Amino acid sequence: MRVSKSIEIMVGVFVLLGFIALFLLALNISNVSSFGANNGYTVNAYFDNIGGLRTRAPISMSGVKIGRVSQIAYNRQRGQAEVSMTIESQYLLSIDTQASIYTAGLLGEQYISLEPGAEDDVLKSGDMITLTQSAMVLEEIIGKFMVDLTSK
Amino acid sequence: MSMDWLQTIGQKTLRFFQRTGRAVIFLVHVLSGLKMLVQRPRLLIRELYSVGVLSLLIIIFSGLFVGMVLSLLGYVTLVDFGAEGSLGVLVSLSLVRELGPVLTALLFSGRAGSALTAEIGLMKATEQLASMEMMAVDPIKRIITPRLIAGILSLPILTAIFMAIGIYSGFLVGGVWLGVDEGSFWSQMQAKVDFQHDVVNGFIKSFIFGIVVTWIAVFEGYDAAPTSAGVSEATTRSVVHSALAILALDFVLTSIMFGI
Repeated sequence: MRVSKSIEIMVGVFVLLGFIALFLLALNISNVSSFGANNGYTVNAYFDNIGGLRTRAPISMSGVKIGRVSQIAYNRQRGQAEVSMTIESQYLLSIDTQASIYTAGLLGEQYISLEPGAEDDVLKSGDMITLTQSAMVLEEIIGKFMVDLTSK
Repeated sequence: MSMDWLQTIGQKTLRFFQRTGRAVIFLVHVLSGLKMLVQRPRLLIRELYSVGVLSLLIIIFSGLFVGMVLSLLGYVTLVDFGAEGSLGVLVSLSLVRELGPVLTALLFSGRAGSALTAEIGLMKATEQLASMEMMAVDPIKRIITPRLIAGILSLPILTAIFMAIGIYSGFLVGGVWLGVDEGSFWSQMQAKVDFQHDVVNGFIKSFIFGIVVTWIAVFEGYDAAPTSAGVSEATTRSVVHSALAILALDFVLTSIMFGI
């Protein structure tokens, strides 16, 4: 029984489509991918508390997305979280830039917002942002509020 | 009178166990044909065409519309909470974990499973299987094994296509039409969807569904009464039993994989 050539081609296309779909699922949809746009520079910052910040969270400057969080680690010596940010190379940050962790919307994801400083010197790859503001944790705020309320 | 009633119950129970046993023996017999299939892979290619490639169209269109509906409904609900950035997570997780494997398997049992049952049932009714046996060709190894393996291989491939198309069409509606931020759509999706936990488990599900659906389809065909009424009955049973098996198994698998 001969299998015609067109059937073989169709089966080949079918299997290939399956592989393309799997490839997309692996690289684009789930978090296996690590080779996104790599044409940026990295700056680090220490935060007391990063809340629910995750890698690949956006970094915005005046609301414009200028990079992503590339790595989050706990630094034992400082007792703080160390966040590495990959900033696209066309955006320059002055050395007194301030980094804060905010939440997008009420239930949204957390992101880092950068506020520009006044200095002329700019941050280079591997530099440190020294002015940081931690994430606001809802329980802490409620806790403070309760203490205020009861101490009155 | 009451004895008759008891007798019927006993008879039905015994028949059920007999059928189950026959299905298992049948499966073992089918799997013993694997060696022959390795020697003659062309048999598999033909079946992959009729089982897999011909099911492609319905899978692509279903994936397209399921993704679009999911995205639209998800947006309507999430936008009230200002959480429409999570739309990507909602669409991708529901497609990858549940809808992809289950809907593809249900469509597959309707499109390919019923065709397999009818084809094999008709072969039996027209005594093609018996004449093969006369020529000392084992009809189970020659006819059934390639179809079973083709079904088991096709369903995960179709599921992958369904998932990918569903997610991209969800993005089409959510990101392009409804204006959800493209960055948060994809970045939250990539942050929340884990390849090991979500995608791989989805594929394990679809692999198991592939075995069950194709097994039911070929067994019902082979076990059909060799009449036109018997074939039609077997085809109906194949689709109904597959659907029940998929949905019941899905609950068990989900509670094992994603339960607490």
